[in-house]
Amino acid sequence: MEISERRVISVIVVNEASVLSRITDLFSARGYNITSLTVAPIPDSKYSRLTIVTSGSVRVVEQITKQLHKLIPVYKVYEHADLVEKEMALVKFPITENLSDISALCGAYNGKIVNVGNGVIITMVADEPRRVDHYLDAIKRYNPKEIVRSGAVALER
Amino acid sequence: MQISGAQMVIEALIAEGVDTVFGYPGGAIMNVYDEIYKQDKFHHILTRHEQAAVHAAEGYAKASGKVGVAMITSGPGFTNAVTGLADAYMDSIPLVVISGQVPMSLIGTDAFQEIDAVGISRSCTKHNYLVTTAADLPRILKEAFYIASSGRPGPVHVDIPKDVTAQIAEFDYSKPVDIETYKPNTKGNTRQIKKAMEAIASARRPLFYLGGGVVSSNAAYDVRELVKRTGIPAVETFMARGTLRYDDPHLISMLGMHGSYAANMAMSETDLVIALGARFDDRVTGKLSEFAKNAEVIHVDIDPASISKLVNAHYPIVGDVKNVVLEMIEMSSIVNPERYEGWRETISNFDELHPLTFHEDSERIKPQWVIKRIGELLGDDANISTDVGQHQMWSAQFYPFTRPRQWVSSGGLGTMGFGFPAALGVKVAAPEKVSINVTGDGSILMNIQELMTAVEKKLPVINVILNNNFLGMVRQWQTLFYDKRHSETDLSMQPDFVKVAEAFGGIGYRVTTKDEFDAALKDAVAKNVVAIIDVVVDRLENVMPMVPAGGSLFNMMLLEKKEKK
Ligand SMILES: Cc1cc2nc3c(=O)[nH]c(=O)nc-3n(C[C@H](O)[C@H](O)[C@H](O)COP(=O)(O)OP(=O)(O)OC[C@H]3O[C@@H](n4cnc5c(N)ncnc54)[C@H](O)[C@@H]3O)c2cc1C
Ligand SMILES: Cc1ncc(C[n+]2csc(CCOP(=O)(O)OP(=O)(O)O)c2C)c(N)n1
Ligand SMILES: [Mg+2]
Repeated sequence: MEISERRVISVIVVNEASVLSRITDLFSARGYNITSLTVAPIPDSKYSRLTIVTSGSVRVVEQITKQLHKLIPVYKVYEHADLVEKEMALVKFPITENLSDISALCGAYNGKIVNVGNGVIITMVADEPRRVDHYLDAIKRYNPKEIVRSGAVALER
Repeated sequence: MQISGAQMVIEALIAEGVDTVFGYPGGAIMNVYDEIYKQDKFHHILTRHEQAAVHAAEGYAKASGKVGVAMITSGPGFTNAVTGLADAYMDSIPLVVISGQVPMSLIGTDAFQEIDAVGISRSCTKHNYLVTTAADLPRILKEAFYIASSGRPGPVHVDIPKDVTAQIAEFDYSKPVDIETYKPNTKGNTRQIKKAMEAIASARRPLFYLGGGVVSSNAAYDVRELVKRTGIPAVETFMARGTLRYDDPHLISMLGMHGSYAANMAMSETDLVIALGARFDDRVTGKLSEFAKNAEVIHVDIDPASISKLVNAHYPIVGDVKNVVLEMIEMSSIVNPERYEGWRETISNFDELHPLTFHEDSERIKPQWVIKRIGELLGDDANISTDVGQHQMWSAQFYPFTRPRQWVSSGGLGTMGFGFPAALGVKVAAPEKVSINVTGDGSILMNIQELMTAVEKKLPVINVILNNNFLGMVRQWQTLFYDKRHSETDLSMQPDFVKVAEAFGGIGYRVTTKDEFDAALKDAVAKNVVAIIDVVVDRLENVMPMVPAGGSLFNMMLLEKKEKK
C-alpha cells in the first residue's frame, strides 16, 4: 500500500480572474483532497502565492504537482520538505470566562486578546498548524463560541 | 491599425494561415459572422450542428497537422460544442474554438442564451479565455493558436462577449507570443537519451510502444528509420495506427484490449518498453500490476505529467518525440539489430499461434471482410475515419495503413457521431484522397444531418455502415458478460439509409453480397459524390481477440478455432 501523508504545496500563479477555479477544479476533477488553501498577491509583482495543504502518496503528490504545473497561468510549483509553516486562528469567548487564563494560553501560542466587545472577546494565535490544533484543544473548556482558522502559509527554509 | 473586435478575429485567422473555419452562427457571434461575409481569404463551412463543426475541425486538424478552427454562438451553440472540445482534449488535437457570449454588461444576469462557457470548458480544454476587452484580443488569439499547437497539443476555447466584438481597439499581431508561465520543453536531455540508448543496446527483448504523440509530432518517418536501424519490434496504440506501414516486418500490430495476441504477448514478455508518445491508457495496459511486469521503461513524452503517471519510468525523457528520435537515430550505431533475432522469432511464433484474423463465411458478409476489402480496393488512396463501436475496432485491426494521418478516430472519449463530420474535415484537408467514414447503424444517426453539409459543400465522403442491427459493441459485452441479456441494444428498427442519402441529395447503396459491395464502392468513388453504403453484415460477430476489462494482457479471449468439417 502507498502511504498517504500530509503535504504542503506552494503555487505561484499569474493574478487573473479564473486562476483559483482552475486550481480547485483540478483537485476536484481528479479526486484529490484539499485540506486548506490560502491565497494572496505577492507584493510588487503580477503573481499570487497559494499555499495548499493536501494529502496523498508520493505518487499522487507528484502527479498533483505536475498537473498544477501544466496549467497555463501557473509559474512555479514547490512541494515543500523543509519549511517554516504558520497558521492563524481567531477565537471568540464569552467575556465571563477566565480571561487571564485565556490570555496566558494565547501567549504560549504567539497570540493575545485582540478585541474586547459587548459580552465577548476575540483572541488571535499564530503558530504551526499542529500547535494550533493543540491550542484549540486546550481552550475547549473555556466555551469558545466561534473558531476561524486561516489555513497554513509556508516558506522553504 | 484601429479595428473592431470582430475584424480582429478575421485578421488573426488570416494571419494564422487558416483556410477553413467550421461553424454555426447565432446572436452573440453575429458581428464576427458579418465580417466573415465581407472577406474572401478563408472558407466557412456551415455544418448542421455545432458538435459536428468541432468534430470537422478535429478531422481537419488530424489530417493536416494544422490547428482546426470552429466558431459557434453562446448558450446552446456552445453547449452543443462541448462534446467536441472534450473529444479533442482527450485525443490531444490542436483546435481553437471561438464562441460568442452575451455582452459584458449582461454577464451574470441569466441573460438570454447566457451560459458560463469558460466554467464549462475549463475541464475539457487545454486552456480557455473570456475576453473582456477588445484590446486583449490580438494577444489572446495569438496565444490561443500557440498554446493549441505547442507542447502537448489540445483545444483552446476563446469566449468573446458581443460588445467586445463591436469595440474598436488597436490591432497589432506582430508581437511574438511570450507567456512567462508556459514554456514547453521540446528538446530531450541528451545524457538521458544516451542512457536510454545504452539500455536498448543491452536489452534482450526490447519493444517499441508507439503512441499518438509520434503522429502529432510528425515523427513517423523518423520512427520508421529508427525501427529499421535497430531491428526492434514495435506495437502501436490505436492512436498510432499508420506510424509504421502495415507490411513493415517490425510491426507486430495494435496492442491492448482488442490488440493482437502477439502484440500483447510481446508486451508481456519484453524486458524494455520504449514508449514514444504513448500514455499507458487503461485500454492498452489492462491490469496495471501485470503490465510489462519484468520490463524497464523508457518513456518519451512532451507532457511531464504523462510520465510515471501510471507506469513507473526508469528512463524518463521529456521532449518532442521528433527531436528525441532524431538524436536516437544518431546514436543508433551502438545497437546491433542481430542481437534481437531470437526475440523477433519468439514474436513470429506468437503470431503464428494466434494470428489476427476472422472466419470467412460464404453466405454472410463478415464485417472484417469489408474493412480488408476497402483496403484492397483503395489502400493508400483513402483516409479512414470511424465512429465508435465494433466497426471502429475492426477498422483499427484490419485496415492496411500505409502512412500517418491516414487514420482519424475518437480514441480517448470514444464519441459516437464523431466519424462523419471528422471525415468532412479530413476531406477538406486532403481533397486528393478518398475520405471514407466507417460507421455503425447506431453511430451514423448521431450526426446524420451532416449529409446536408457534405452535399452542399461537395465533400464526397463515403459512409460505409457495417450494419449489424445492433449497438454492436455494447451487445458484445452483454453477450459475454451479462449472460446475453441484450438490454436496449437491438436496432432492428432502421431507417432506409438509401432513401436517407437520397433525400439529402447524396447517393445510397444497400449491399448484401461481396460483389455488390465492390460495385457500390467503385461506383461511389467513380461518381465522387456523398454516399452511404449500407452493408448488411453478420450481426452476431464479436471483436476478437479481447482482454476483458481489468484483465491482464496475456489473458486474452481468443477467436474460437473453426471446427474442421
Ligand atoms: C471502444 C474502444 C476500444 C479501444 N481499444 C483500444 C485498444 O485495444 N488498444 C489501444 O491502443 N487503444 C484502444 N482504444 C483507444 C484508447 O482509449 C486510447 O485512446 C489510446 O490507447 C491512447 O493512445 P496513446 O497512448 O497513443 O495516446 P494519445 O491519446 O494519442 O496521447 C498521446 C501521448 O503523446 C504525447 N505527445 C503528444 N505530442 C507529443 C510530442 N510532440 N512529443 C512527445 N509526446 C507527445 C501526449 O502528451 C500523450 O501522452 C480504444 C478506444 C475505444 C473507443
Ligand atoms: C455518444 C456515445 N453514446 C454512447 C456510447 C456507448 N457506446 C459505445 S459503442 C456503442 C455502440 C455503437 O453502435 P454502432 O454505431 O452500431 O456500432 P457497432 O458497435 O454496432 O459497430 C455504444 C452505444 C458512446 N461511445 N458514445
Ligand atoms: Mg451497429
